[in-house]
Amino acid sequence: MSTTTWASKSLAGWGRYPIVDTLCARPESQSQTLKAFHDRQGDALLAHGFGRSYGDAALLSQGRVVLTRRLKKMLEFDEASGLLRVEAGVTIGELIEVFLPRGWFVPVVPGTQFVSMGGAIGCNIHGKNHGHAGCFGDHVRSMEMLLASGEVVRCSREEHEDLFWATIGGMGLTGIILNAEIQLQAVESGAIEMESIRFNNLDEFFQISAESSDYFHTVSWIDCVKSGAQMGRGIFMRGRHASAAQARTLSEGPLERVVELAQRVLDGRAFESNVLLNRATIRLFNEAYYHKHPAGEHHSVVGYEPFFFPLDAVENWNYVYGKRGFLQYQMVVPEREAVRDILKVISESKMASFLAVIKEFGDQDHGGLSFPCGGTTLALDFPNFGEPLLTMMDRLDELVAEVGGRVYLGKDSRLSAEMFRRMYPTWERWREVRDRWDPQGVFQSDLSRRLGLTPA
Amino acid sequence: MTVLILGATSPIAQAVADVYAAAGFSVALAARDVEEAGRAARDLQIRHGVEARGFAFDACEDFERHAALVSEVEATLGPVDVALVAFGFMGDQQASEEDFEKARRVIEVNYTGAVSVCEAVARAMESRGAGSIIGLSSVAGERGRASNYFYGSAKGALTLYLQGLRSRLASKNVHVMTVKLGFVDTPMTFELETGIPVASPQKAAQAIFNAQGRGVETFYYPRFWGGIMGVIKSIPEKVFKRLSL
Ligand SMILES: Cc1cc2nc3c(=O)[nH]c(=O)nc-3n(C[C@H](O)[C@H](O)[C@H](O)COP(=O)(O)OP(=O)(O)OC[C@H]3O[C@@H](n4cnc5c(N)ncnc54)[C@H](O)[C@@H]3O)c2cc1C
Repeated sequence: MSTTTWASKSLAGWGRYPIVDTLCARPESQSQTLKAFHDRQGDALLAHGFGRSYGDAALLSQGRVVLTRRLKKMLEFDEASGLLRVEAGVTIGELIEVFLPRGWFVPVVPGTQFVSMGGAIGCNIHGKNHGHAGCFGDHVRSMEMLLASGEVVRCSREEHEDLFWATIGGMGLTGIILNAEIQLQAVESGAIEMESIRFNNLDEFFQISAESSDYFHTVSWIDCVKSGAQMGRGIFMRGRHASAAQARTLSEGPLERVVELAQRVLDGRAFESNVLLNRATIRLFNEAYYHKHPAGEHHSVVGYEPFFFPLDAVENWNYVYGKRGFLQYQMVVPEREAVRDILKVISESKMASFLAVIKEFGDQDHGGLSFPCGGTTLALDFPNFGEPLLTMMDRLDELVAEVGGRVYLGKDSRLSAEMFRRMYPTWERWREVRDRWDPQGVFQSDLSRRLGLTPA
Repeated sequence: MTVLILGATSPIAQAVADVYAAAGFSVALAARDVEEAGRAARDLQIRHGVEARGFAFDACEDFERHAALVSEVEATLGPVDVALVAFGFMGDQQASEEDFEKARRVIEVNYTGAVSVCEAVARAMESRGAGSIIGLSSVAGERGRASNYFYGSAKGALTLYLQGLRSRLASKNVHVMTVKLGFVDTPMTFELETGIPVASPQKAAQAIFNAQGRGVETFYYPRFWGGIMGVIKSIPEKVFKRLSL
């Protein structure tokens, strides 16, 4: 067989900051993936799924990147138990498309369906149901991985348990996941029976959140432009998979209306004139979004797409931020007061975030480099305002670390190594395992170098 | 209904297999890498609930085995209604100029091997008076170019062969379709830096499926390649030689 083709490509995460040129291979099969590993000529290597992590988690500027998106074969499925083995490049969306008609759903999904299973494991992603279902990795039974030694090894909770643990949320640094076995969740329908509630401030948010524990999925949007008494106003959404009977009553809810508004604003093509997002347009949007939603509670039965993946209807909405790209700041803090402090810093900074998302995680802390732990998480998208933004984010880091919180590595492109160590106290244990399986640091990323997780 | 895919591990072949499986066809995946063909078959079974199986097939080794393969496929999955010749080998022009064995491989995979297996399929279909043969040729086969004339000439010969086969089988109710592919997003084009749009294998597959269903005889995909080739073919030889294409 011929040798691997390495082509120089510009790669970036979803935030389009930073953008780097790297030698990439795109294997079409498991055997070509092994081939690429052997043809890397001693360079460092990294798996790259769909680049839906925001920053540099899937980037490697000095080294080679293996694009895993063509590894998408489904290998085993048990109709009775919903246990499935698929290659790592299969997307969450594809899994839903194939298995929802048979009564199975993906147990944990992020805010977009265009992510690979490998990426979902690499970042140990969380969904709107963390309190009930944990993270994606909790539903993984076993994985087959290509390791730094060149061997292909299967790991699970029983077999090479340390490798299994370090790979879930391991940011691609323990090897390339070739395929994995996951447990799907039985559902009666793909529809979501949901309630949306407008809230006027953070206190109301926490109150509704506390009353929503029997809803499987919860998420809220908040307006982070507002300050004072209206600080933290927003819309709370909670839902559960609808029964087959309820699914027949699918309706147009307020969610569709706000989704439609977001789509219009975010549609990159509407921005030909370069009227990019700035504080004024973001403020207008936040105002409109809030008021589009009727006051009080609203019941509806909606499709899974607007509920889970509201922005997927707008292709490449990340381009509305223009050439400079944007940065997401997602953190979790175990203390409510800290959320208020953080929102205050943001609203005072005059650097607005478009579409801030807030939710409460369950108590589970997954360890290693995994992000979720008990507390409140806030995700903010900032246009790349440059230095002032970075300075403010450093300030936020302080507030977050102070109360024992952390920043999500899957969305980061600027956290310092020192801060990282304060936020992730279990990193050393993770590093020990990684060093055992990859002593030379074959697998690296720009993120891992920045955070001191692999040799520079 | 059964579709036989020859050279089943390429992205276009797999995308075509997927479209036919979605339409309810049983699928025979024939490839050199049988293990990978078997994985691909498993994938189709899970996704579409159809019968699918991998078969060992080499375009150039053992031409005698080609007829046996067709019989084996028909014995396990039923008569082949549609056969797709999807394999091809670009080779390296420079290396082929220096070493005829390399050139020969390009010619044999793209032409001799394709003809051998098409004949085997044609005989089976002819005797039943039904079926459809799809050959993946290339726009590279439209005009000899300094930069890839081994590959181009073999594909050009394949185009002519398919044309002849079409005439022969027309009265036997067997449809023969020639697909001339431009840039599709496959390993062959992965490296390419071009201003010309590259089509996804999925879109190409859907177009092939639709065209086969309508009984189309020759078509370009993406369509605009028909226009481009029209222009390229009309350039006088004297001028063409000087263009470094
Ligand atoms: C609109 C939007 C909404 C989002 N919402 C959420 C959310 O709600 N919750 C959440 O947790 N995340 C969310 N994310 C982030 C996203 O889910 C993760 O970044 C996910 O990992 C992206 O998957 P990917 O296939 O694009 O992976 P990439 O971004 O390509 O890679 C992510 C990491 O996984 C590693 N990796 C990828 N494939 C493999 C493999 N085969 N083997 C080993 N390592 C691998 C990479 O090396 C990298 O470290 C969101 C992202 C977007 C764009």
